[in-house]
Amino acid sequence: MHDRHLITLTVNDEEHEVVVEARRTLLDVLRHDLRLTGAHAGCEHGVCGACTVLVDGAPARACLLFAVQAEGSALHTVESLAAPSGELSDLQQAFSRHHGLQCGFCTPGFLMLAEGWLAERAATGAGEPDREEVREVASANLCRCTGYQTIVDAIADTARTRLAAPGETA
Amino acid sequence: MPSPATGPRSHAGAARWVGVSVPRREDPRLVAGRGRFLDDIDPPGVLHAAFVRSTVAHGALTGIDLEPVRAVPGVVAAFDAADLDLADIVALLDRPPEEFVPTAMPVLARDRVRFVGEPVAVVVARDPYAAEDGVEAAVVRITAEEAVVSEETALAPGAPLVHADAAANTLVDVSMFATEGIDEVFADAACVVEVDTRTGRQNALPLETRGALASWDDRDDQLLLQTCTQIPHQVRTLAARCLRVDERTIRVTVPDMGGGFGQKCVVGREEIVVAAVARRLDRPVKWIEDRRESLTASFLAREQHYRTRAAFDADGTVLALDVDVVCDMGAYSCYPFTAGIEPLMASAEMPSVYRVPAYRVRARAITTNKAPTAPYRGVSRPQYVMAMERVMERAARELGMDPLDVRRRNLITDFPYTGVNDVTYDPGTYRESLDLAESTLREEGWFRFRDEAAAQGRAVGIGFCCFSERTGYGSDAFAKRRMTVVPGFDISEIRMDTSGSVVVTSGTLNHGQSHETTMAQIVADRLGIDIAQVKLRQGDTERISYGWGTFASRSITVGGSAVAAASTRLGVLLCRIAAHLMDVTEDDVELDGEGGVVLRTDPARRIPFTEIADVAYLRSNLLPKDVEPGLSATASFDAPGDGTFSNATHAVVVECHAGTGRVEILRYACVEDCGVVIHPQVVDGQCRGGIAQGIAGALFEEVTYDANGEPSAASFIDYKVPTATEIPDITVAHLETPCAFTENGAKGAGEGGTIGAPAAVLNAVNDALRHTGVELDATPVHPQTVVEALLRKEPACTTAT
Repeated sequence: MHDRHLITLTVNDEEHEVVVEARRTLLDVLRHDLRLTGAHAGCEHGVCGACTVLVDGAPARACLLFAVQAEGSALHTVESLAAPSGELSDLQQAFSRHHGLQCGFCTPGFLMLAEGWLAERAATGAGEPDREEVREVASANLCRCTGYQTIVDAIADTARTRLAAPGETA
Repeated sequence: MPSPATGPRSHAGAARWVGVSVPRREDPRLVAGRGRFLDDIDPPGVLHAAFVRSTVAHGALTGIDLEPVRAVPGVVAAFDAADLDLADIVALLDRPPEEFVPTAMPVLARDRVRFVGEPVAVVVARDPYAAEDGVEAAVVRITAEEAVVSEETALAPGAPLVHADAAANTLVDVSMFATEGIDEVFADAACVVEVDTRTGRQNALPLETRGALASWDDRDDQLLLQTCTQIPHQVRTLAARCLRVDERTIRVTVPDMGGGFGQKCVVGREEIVVAAVARRLDRPVKWIEDRRESLTASFLAREQHYRTRAAFDADGTVLALDVDVVCDMGAYSCYPFTAGIEPLMASAEMPSVYRVPAYRVRARAITTNKAPTAPYRGVSRPQYVMAMERVMERAARELGMDPLDVRRRNLITDFPYTGVNDVTYDPGTYRESLDLAESTLREEGWFRFRDEAAAQGRAVGIGFCCFSERTGYGSDAFAKRRMTVVPGFDISEIRMDTSGSVVVTSGTLNHGQSHETTMAQIVADRLGIDIAQVKLRQGDTERISYGWGTFASRSITVGGSAVAAASTRLGVLLCRIAAHLMDVTEDDVELDGEGGVVLRTDPARRIPFTEIADVAYLRSNLLPKDVEPGLSATASFDAPGDGTFSNATHAVVVECHAGTGRVEILRYACVEDCGVVIHPQVVDGQCRGGIAQGIAGALFEEVTYDANGEPSAASFIDYKVPTATEIPDITVAHLETPCAFTENGAKGAGEGGTIGAPAAVLNAVNDALRHTGVELDATPVHPQTVVEALLRKEPACTTAT
């Protein structure tokens, strides 16, 4: 288990070289090697979704990927959502406005889940999602604090406002 | 009485912040991924701990060989109980031996193991992967013995003993109330109902698992223990005792925390081990519990059994209550609460929101070879409320009455009310909340919908639950339980700097409850400043003189009252200095609500706080002679007597689906009264989150064991946590009965959802199944049970579980 691999990861549009064991998860590399600690380990078996990041634009469980598998992919973490000025994205603001978080541990995972889904919908030109559709998407991740309602509110609200003003979205 | 500070009447007393859903001050960092949770902290040279855990539920520990572990690449050290030589964890009640048997919980198992997952040894390595490699190399010899895994086997004559000192596997056996003549009341009653309710074992399941990070700091001659805990001061106290060091030499701090729900309001053995190992190796050592450990070896909750008899007269008035409570606490008493927490809570509060004239209760905590339990959100109240609400429903059925009429006949309506349980309930809206919940569903047409659905052969049901929750537990309330470690008070210190900003401390602990925002709202109103000028400090035993952390919905009631009282005192000091500077008396001035002190008779004469603070620190020669330099105040608060009670009614509509057994929630309405609402959005969030956990207990989550004590729900594949598609939208309506003795009029809102939801959902399921004759009195309700009920051709007369 002590084979080492030098890999290059492109995270949030920056390249990083890391030396990893083959068994080292993408999540551990992001968090502990690259110090991008926004993605969290909630279960490490792919159910809770607290570790969700975007891999080539699609939401993925960073705990179920080995870092060596992610070489060559464009990775985005929650740290990429806010503008360089620090201004929060519309989705981040919507989570706060709707009280879509309490302890905040699951929040980065939900944000990346929603970000990936909203981008995918926008690319296909889909119209406004109904609430049940949003709920279905949100069911990919676990939250223990909110009862989900306000998370669904935040995602639905963002979907609506992005459709209304597509030019202003992140 | 707890009114430690009264200040001058002032504009600042007006609510400008309290009652408003201001943006949460926690959010910007949390939504940006810049929260700082425990595993986000990697100090230089940090080592990683993993635990060797028992794979056997019950047996003699005959040998541990850690030499193979030490040979694993990356492993730095490995220790067992003998290596570390720590004092045992012993939590005590001040009760006679026939009522309470203490258990010694060794920090690492020594001589015996008592549950699968019990820590036996610790491995420390350069990274977590190597630490887990090391764990796999450990050789642990255990002579397995018969495991005790259920109430029935634990209490059976001749059962194996989990603890040699605990006869009949009983740790707590109390009979606190027995009204004279109660047997005659039952004998003469028009109607006696018997209900046998059970609730499954559950995991509080914070999404962030437990964890601890310890490092020695030479400069402070102190061990820094950063840990996911709701009770940092109690962790420090116990860690010092186990390590046999002065308490001063340990500093406990708490980073951002991903939930607790009670699982983290007791001291974990692993926290102590991490502290000991870091001290021993003189290196930072971190342990992050993985989900499998969390599901099998962390503190669990809820497994209780109530045999309740209730006597009613013909018009539905309850006459007497006789209950036998058995709580399965698992292998050990938790610290500091002990295995008494659940049975003592049940004994004292079982009559719930009803006038019960005669009461007898026996309550036991039994020990089994399962992971030990901690006081999960609600603590026995979900269980006794379920028992009482099932009693009301059963009586209604047997008397041919409407279950809501039976409740109304018995609800407490005159306050304060002192019950047969020697508890005094402060004013609430027991009746009003039920009326509003019912009228809400009625006006929306749900009763009609249910009846029309039944005509179409669909199983739709409506369930209600009325309950109260004691939230202001002060020292008196806890002392009644005869705990030897008595929680209750809280202390707050507030300090203003020369820019007019304040730092306020609280002994409570935010792990999702929004304290950074709500405490700031309280302070800002008291002083008349902007919430942006208030910074809350929590979770650091060096900065906070003492605190009891956050549990039992005590943060705003007790902690918030201390914060308010300290703020008021600071306001008095500000006025005093300002009066001196204006050369008037203190009675001549008041806070102006805008960051300054004004002359009452001439608002044009005003001194801003910045100027007063400037004098207090930089020109102290200008202070009154009897005022010390600096601008700070301290106050403590302790809820008097029996504390305060929030209350609520939950109403839920479900449809039970034939074929799949799915219980679909069509409508969920909560009407709650937690006194003055500090932040409506936060209270709604607490209600909804609690209800989601209550629904989880009612329909989904259960920690199960096989006959050998092997846990059979060790991942999220088997432990069914509800997602967004299982939890419905929930409306929350507020009634507001201000509490007369908390500083801010607030009661508490942390636990109610979890308390009310299981009974409301269970009652709704039973209503949906009414045509089958099956009545369910156990949770979680399994789909199979629903399917079987709906397959019945003829209504059954018996009760199924």
